[in-house]
Parts: sequence; C-alpha cells; structure tokens
Amino acid sequence: MTLVDVSSLTVRYSGATALDGVSLSLDKSEMVALIGANGAGKSTLVKALSGLVKADAGRVTVDGRLAQVPEGREVFADLSVDDNLRLGGWRNGRRGRDTSAIYDLLPALGPLRRRDAGTLSGGQQQMVAIGRALMARPDVLVIDELSLGLAPLVVQSLVDHLRTLHRERGLALLLIEQNARLALSLCSRAYVMEAGRIVLVGDAAVLASDERVTAAYLGGHYE
Amino acid sequence: MSDFLGYVLTGLGIGAGFALVGSGLVAIYRVTGVVNFAQGAFAVIAAMLTSSLLTAGLPHVLSESLAVVVAAVVGVLVGVVAIGKPGTDPGTSLIVTLGLGVFAYAVEIVLWGDQPRSFPGLSGVATIGGARIQAHYLLIIAVTVPVFAALALFFTRTDLGKALSACASNKYAARVVGIDVRRMGLLAFALGGALGGLAGVLTTPVQQVTFDSDVTLIVNGFAAAVLGGLTRPAVALAGGLLLGVTQTLIAGYGGGAYQLEVALLLMLTVMIVQAARTGPVREAAR
Repeated sequence: MTLVDVSSLTVRYSGATALDGVSLSLDKSEMVALIGANGAGKSTLVKALSGLVKADAGRVTVDGRLAQVPEGREVFADLSVDDNLRLGGWRNGRRGRDTSAIYDLLPALGPLRRRDAGTLSGGQQQMVAIGRALMARPDVLVIDELSLGLAPLVVQSLVDHLRTLHRERGLALLLIEQNARLALSLCSRAYVMEAGRIVLVGDAAVLASDERVTAAYLGGHYE
Repeated sequence: MSDFLGYVLTGLGIGAGFALVGSGLVAIYRVTGVVNFAQGAFAVIAAMLTSSLLTAGLPHVLSESLAVVVAAVVGVLVGVVAIGKPGTDPGTSLIVTLGLGVFAYAVEIVLWGDQPRSFPGLSGVATIGGARIQAHYLLIIAVTVPVFAALALFFTRTDLGKALSACASNKYAARVVGIDVRRMGLLAFALGGALGGLAGVLTTPVQQVTFDSDVTLIVNGFAAAVLGGLTRPAVALAGGLLLGVTQTLIAGYGGGAYQLEVALLLMLTVMIVQAARTGPVREAAR
C-alpha cells in the first residue's frame, strides 16, 4: 500500500539543481523521517510533494490526500485561529470546514480560537499549522521542521499528539527534521539527504546507530 | 451654523465617493499587492455607460446596476492583463494598470466623446437642521454605508472573504492550503471594479464626468486609502469621509480651486509620516 511514491525526481532552480534523482516512498500509516543539513533539498522535496514546484524530471505520485505543515509554520497571522483552521479545509468544500473535530484532537487550541494567529507563541502557532493541515483530512501529513525554534517541552507535547494521531487514525507522517535524534526516535524508517540526493535509507533504529549518521547528525545535539 | 452643517453633509456625500474608489484600491492591493492605477477608469466607464443606458430609455437603478456589473467585468479584464501571467511582480503589474488606464481614455473618447457627461440623480433639496443640501448627497451616503457594512461582513463572515484575507495575509500559506491565489486576485479586481463603478454612478449626478475624471477620483481615492496603509477598508471609509468634508469646508469658506491640492497634501503628509514611523519597523520585521 504505497501512499507516496517519488521516483527519480529532479528539480532545478534557474540552473542550480536542488533535487537530483530523488526516490522515496511512504506506505499507508507509516512514519518516515527525512533528515539532512540545511540546503540538502528537503524543503524543495516538500514543495514538490504539494505540487508547489514543478519536476524537471521524474515524477511524484500521491495516492490519497496530502497536507503540509510548512517550514516556519506560515500561519495566517491576522486571521483568527478558527479561521486558520477553517481555511485548512478549503479544498473540502463548505461541509468539510467544520473545525470542532480539531479542538477535540488538539484541545489546547480551544481557548485560543478567537485569537489572531500572529499573536500566539511559536509552539501554539505550530499547533495551529498542524490543526490547519489536519482539516484537509489527510492520509499523510508532511511536516517541514517540527521542532525548529521550539522549547523541548513544547516539542514533546507535539510529538505526543502526532503519536496519538498515528495510532488512532492511521495517519502517515513524513517528518523533515534537523533534530535527527527526535526524528529517528519517532519514525520507523528514515532517509538521509545530502546535496540534493538520498545518500542513506533504512530502519530508523539501525540508522540511529550508523556511524555516518551519528557522526554527521547526532554528534552535536543536546541530551 | 446651518452653512457648516450643509458643508459637512455635502462633504460626507462627496467623501463617500472617494471612500468607494479607495476601498476598491484596498480590495485589490490587499490580495494582489498591486496599486491599481486603472481604478478611476472603472468609475468613468460606469458613469458614461449609465448616461447611455438612461438615454436609451432604461430606467434608473437598472441602468446603474448594469453599469456596476460591467465595471466589475472590466475589473476582471484589467486583472487578467495585469496579473494573469504567473510570476508577474506587483511593480510590473502597477505599470500595466497605468497603461490600461491611459488606454481606457481612448476607448472612452471613441465610445462617448470628449465632452463632459452627466445624468439626473435624486432631485430635490432636503433641509436638515436648517441646512439645505441636495438630496442626492444623502442618497450617496445612504448607499455607501450599507455597502461598507456588507463588505465588512463579506470579509469576516464568509469563507470566500476569509480566503481573500488569507491571500492578503500569507500568499504562500494560501497556496499550501489549496487556495488559488491568482483566481482570488481576479476576484479582488472584480470587487475593485464594482466599487469603482459604484462610485462613478453615484457621484456623476452631482459632479459631471469626463474621460479624464479618473485622475481626480484616483488621487482622492488613493489619499483616502493610504490613511489605512492601503490595507484597511474601514480606514479608507473614514479617510474618504474626512477628505470629502475637509475639501467642502475649504471650498465653502475659502476657494473652490484648491480641492485636489488638499487631497495631494493630505496624501503626501500621511505617506511621509507613515514612511518615517513604520518603514524601518516593517523592514526589521522581515
């Protein structure tokens, strides 16, 4: 049951190659991590998955609904939390824009529903961005940088929410993360990107003890 | 005292017209980032068309409504040319609208000639608190106020309005959730066209219109809109009304020749003050 299938994807920005023959797949209800340094091409891959950049070669197939939590959260700052969520269901049509289920899933958003999203803390905004993506009723959630700029406790609470969503709804997850330790502990499988290519792929637990991974991505982290 | 009240009420009527043109500018700028220099042309075209339709024997209200609809369609056409090509930056689109505004002169002269036109509005004189004012000014106010109320409800209570606001707030995020930003831009141009057209059909009975009346309209409309940083319709309303009243008072007690200068001076002052106050802050916030 392949949900997302990326095969030999190449994307160039005005000559510079951002993705160079990337292949990646994700099964139904699978949690997969994509790790790599800045500029490795992770965000370009996310944009290609959402159809926001065009492929120069190769193809992207998504068999189901894909929703994205973009890097930097990108909430609608001067709209209320509730309106942010509502617009997440834009593609569903009027009937699919009822936000009440999101407040059940993410109760912390309840008291904030009338606040402008721009006035919230980083962690609260990340919660809004996740809620907004869930409004699309996705089969797979793509999160570009879950933990960036957030306090460890906030990250932990977000991770708990994601685990619950995965367990209760069979939500698949593609997690793009700078914090490789976090990504490898949450996900079952992982890809490692460098300079626009996939250089390693495998079981998360195996990669977590792989020398090349520990040296490059796990060495400098706290804990 | 009754003179003063008369000037104020007349000024509110004139200012409502500015506010409509200004809010049209705001509607387009918020969503597309384009300052639409063809905004005044929407008003001129709607006014000219109304005079033709009335001459042809169509009744009032129907003529004006048709003209507003046509102005909305013209708005969409301007939008298609200005922002239709993906990746056009707002600065380029601005120049395109400037060109289209001049092109509209040619079309207007061919269709309606270069002489001033007008048509009768609400006739009669009303007396309020001892002040005698033309009843048509009250009609302008009576139409403009509910239009602004409806606009406010549209932007805050409907999903379509929220989607337009979302494009104004964060275009990238709008694309992420699947909103067609270009289509929303065209919708904004339609809205801007309708608001400009409404300004034209409402003000022409008290202020005859020529093909180049758009300059006065856009200067005043821009002055009204710039008070709210081109992004807040409610402030554009307040700005338009303030501008209308100020101009009428100056014309009433001083000389009538300085009305446009007042608008230019106000606009310049606001822009300088805003640039000095918020410019660096905005830069830093990026």
